[in-house]
Amino acid sequence: MNDTPEEIAVKDRKMFGFWLYLMTDIILFATLFATFAVLRNATAGGPSGAELFDLPFILVATLILLTSSLTVGLAILGSTRGYKKQTLFWLIATFVLGAAFLGFEVYEFSHLIAEGYSWERSAFLSAFFTLVGTHGLHIVVGLLWLGVMIFRLWRFNFRKTDINRLALFGLFWHFLDIIWIFVFSVVYLIGGIA
Amino acid sequence: MFEDIQKLIFGRLTLEDFVHEPIMAGAGISMVAALVIAIIAVTYFKKWGYLWRNWFTALDPRKIGIMYLIVSGIMLARGFADVMLLRAQQVLNDSPELLNADHFQQIFTAHGSIMIFFVAMGLISGLFNLIVPAMIGARDVAFPFLNSASFWLFAAGMILINAPLVVGEFSAAGWLAYPPLSGIEFSPGVGVDYWIWSLQIAGIGTLLSGINFFVTILKMRAPGMTLMKMPIFVWSVLCSSSLIMFAFPILTATLGMLSLDRLMGMNFFTSDMGGNPMMYINLIWAWGHPEVYILMLPALGIFSEIVATFSRKRIFGYTSMVIALLAITVLSFTVWLHHFFTMGSGASVNTFFGIMTMIIAIPTGVKIFNWIFTMYQGRVEFTTPMLWFMGFVVTFTFGGLTGVILSVPAVDFQLHNSLFLVAHFHNMIVGGVLFGAFAGFTYWFPKFTGFTLNERIGKYSFWFWVIGFFVAFIPLYILGIMGATRRLDSYDPSLGWEGLFIVAGAGAVLVAVGFALQVLQVVVSIIQRKKNQVGGDPWGARTLEWSTTSPAPEYIFAEIPTVTSRDQFWEMKQQKKDLRTPLYTDIVVPKRSGAGVVIGILALLFGLAVVWHMVWLVVLSLIGTIITLIIRLTNDSPDEILKASDIAKHELQRGTQ
Amino acid sequence: MRKPQLETRHDDVRYKSYIVGFVLSVAATLIAYFFVVNQVWPKDILIYVVLGIAVIQLIVQSVFFLHLGRGSSLKSSTFLFSLLIVIVIVAGSLWIMYNLDYNMMQMTPEQMQIYMKKNQGL
Repeated sequence: MNDTPEEIAVKDRKMFGFWLYLMTDIILFATLFATFAVLRNATAGGPSGAELFDLPFILVATLILLTSSLTVGLAILGSTRGYKKQTLFWLIATFVLGAAFLGFEVYEFSHLIAEGYSWERSAFLSAFFTLVGTHGLHIVVGLLWLGVMIFRLWRFNFRKTDINRLALFGLFWHFLDIIWIFVFSVVYLIGGIA
Repeated sequence: MFEDIQKLIFGRLTLEDFVHEPIMAGAGISMVAALVIAIIAVTYFKKWGYLWRNWFTALDPRKIGIMYLIVSGIMLARGFADVMLLRAQQVLNDSPELLNADHFQQIFTAHGSIMIFFVAMGLISGLFNLIVPAMIGARDVAFPFLNSASFWLFAAGMILINAPLVVGEFSAAGWLAYPPLSGIEFSPGVGVDYWIWSLQIAGIGTLLSGINFFVTILKMRAPGMTLMKMPIFVWSVLCSSSLIMFAFPILTATLGMLSLDRLMGMNFFTSDMGGNPMMYINLIWAWGHPEVYILMLPALGIFSEIVATFSRKRIFGYTSMVIALLAITVLSFTVWLHHFFTMGSGASVNTFFGIMTMIIAIPTGVKIFNWIFTMYQGRVEFTTPMLWFMGFVVTFTFGGLTGVILSVPAVDFQLHNSLFLVAHFHNMIVGGVLFGAFAGFTYWFPKFTGFTLNERIGKYSFWFWVIGFFVAFIPLYILGIMGATRRLDSYDPSLGWEGLFIVAGAGAVLVAVGFALQVLQVVVSIIQRKKNQVGGDPWGARTLEWSTTSPAPEYIFAEIPTVTSRDQFWEMKQQKKDLRTPLYTDIVVPKRSGAGVVIGILALLFGLAVVWHMVWLVVLSLIGTIITLIIRLTNDSPDEILKASDIAKHELQRGTQ
Repeated sequence: MRKPQLETRHDDVRYKSYIVGFVLSVAATLIAYFFVVNQVWPKDILIYVVLGIAVIQLIVQSVFFLHLGRGSSLKSSTFLFSLLIVIVIVAGSLWIMYNLDYNMMQMTPEQMQIYMKKNQGL
């Protein structure tokens, strides 16, 4: 069943509007990145990134998130072709991987806090927790959104409106992985150079 | 034990916070009294249903636009009251002391914050909503619900910034709250928190609006209206919206970081533990400079429409006008350091930003010449909107020139943070944004009400504003050159500056008269509305919004027009085309929605909860917001259908217009 | 109406796009990780190499996951403009903030403390 021209126009507007929201989010992250870059050495006698970061641990988390970007792409494709079981499978896989990534983050944060290196310790740590934490908060929102989508797709049997919303979610999730490329590279890799 | 329960429920709020010294208490009480009287009146006349159905839950951009204008008007009065207090204090010069230092600082902080965020931003948001859809031949904006949510977030921010008059205190750190003064160590009270969250919440509303209008303009123009056939006002809104989208996230992040410093002991901008207060200043101005262009560009667009209409000529140099707008948009991201030339940067940085600042004056100059060339050999009619334009040209150009003076870093070292600077930016914002908004308000008022404003009172008001403005601010330029620092509540009498402050004070009174006359103008016009009723095109205008009735029906256009040239409406009139069509179709319109109001209320509660550290309310309001959003965003039937037969009935009535 | 199938259709162009993008991204991630963990170059060069690889991965994911460059040019132009603003904000901030110490005798805060303590009372 094809969309009317009006429906196509509305879908196009929503896609473009959501895309623009993602652009504004890029600027938000850019501000946090700029702040991190400026404050990267402001450790106030406390530990630096090289002393704190567990790179192998973060590598695993990075690969988990990257895989979830793949699974969500596969899910979107399935949804547009009417492959319902497959779509739900990939979406649930995305959710599990996303939750796992979040678990890694939470573990890292609680570990740092337990050692006394919380966001209060120095400007560097404030910038670190805020940049990585903001990304984590976006992941939380994404998981909430994904949960609602999985429920609705299953319960209401893949309504057109939900499939359209799923496409927007896919954009959001890809975008979060793109941001993570830079968090991983700038904060952990570059920041972790001894 | 009782204290613990009190802390848990009320956070750091105590009864003490309701006690204020006389002037603030008076202001707070009058505000609450006015609100109570309004509530009683609405209840007495049984208008709650009407207000809820036709205004609060309306997704019609014209209704939303009018609500923005009303809120901005009220805030203009509040900002003005602040001005009169500040001026009075400077005239009296501590003999006697009208305002103590802390009070003075809270008032100038409130004055600046309110004028920029709730008057200027509100006025332009209002005009966007009222004009843009009709001007491009569309029926609504791209995201009507988002539009409503944006307004109610704006309203929530407005309530938060006025709440300190009743409970708590306001920030005393200036309209941009530089740390370390605005950090938790030096401003431990609720003031800066009120300021932060009022701006954050209103800022999110603005950001969403920017996205909304950008998509609307790019995706919903009438068929045939290519980009280069759009009215210049639409171009200016497009540019302003893109600035909003790319600049406001910087504000969100920066205010967020300041808030984290205050709430969670972080060290972004503290003076120890590695913090760097200059980073705040750097970021806030990276937002702040685009912000002033966000305000300015629509005003420039408004004048393009007004000058063309009242010169009975098409705008001169359309292409160069567009290029100028685009140039200003891009360049506005390359000048921000000129706000802090004196704060440590070396020659290379200062030179770069100084030169970029000079360059950005050029496109603006191009626009002024184009307007003048439009008037040349046109049949110019000096209606009130045209008077505002003339006032703008003089005022804004004068202010722009002082801006070029300030753009030279060496000179800025003398004039930074002096009253010269204060005079300069008031020159730009009042002369540019306010005069533009007043001109636009006067020009388009008949379109959204169906009757004109009283011309005579309008003209008087204009003269009081313009003359008052110069009387109020020329002394400040002089004082600034003589070394007067800004934001001081008194100056040593031996300096002999009192005379100039008295003159400035007199100017402020003249402007106040001008403002009062504007209020009078609206009241008188409403009373006389039956006498001043007009049809769709009272001014003989050029653009599509004038082709509808005044006010336009809910669907604006029964049939979306096809555009073949610039100034399409003008062309249609020349060709004497009949604007009515015999074929009507069903039109899809969005249903009313209370979700925007709910989100505004939850945002307000969230803001109050964060300010007063009421953790339970923070959590509840967040959960409430998430639930409301989920419900609204998963709504699969948000629209309803206007039947063709109803449209036909309405259009046939048009014959009388 | 085609009967939906459970297996992924590997020959489909769109599926290929995601798989290729995924493989390239994993490769970029592992390469950058390898370079850093084994300190293949001195710090100054390593920073630019890692940033370069990140930009490459950005392009990979934009093209293969976000499908930029196909169809809508509005998305690509707004994306490019955003990146431009990002560069202005990040590079501009770094330049300005570094330059703010121009007149400060090129000392760290701790060195400045020592200097001021030594010279107090003058």
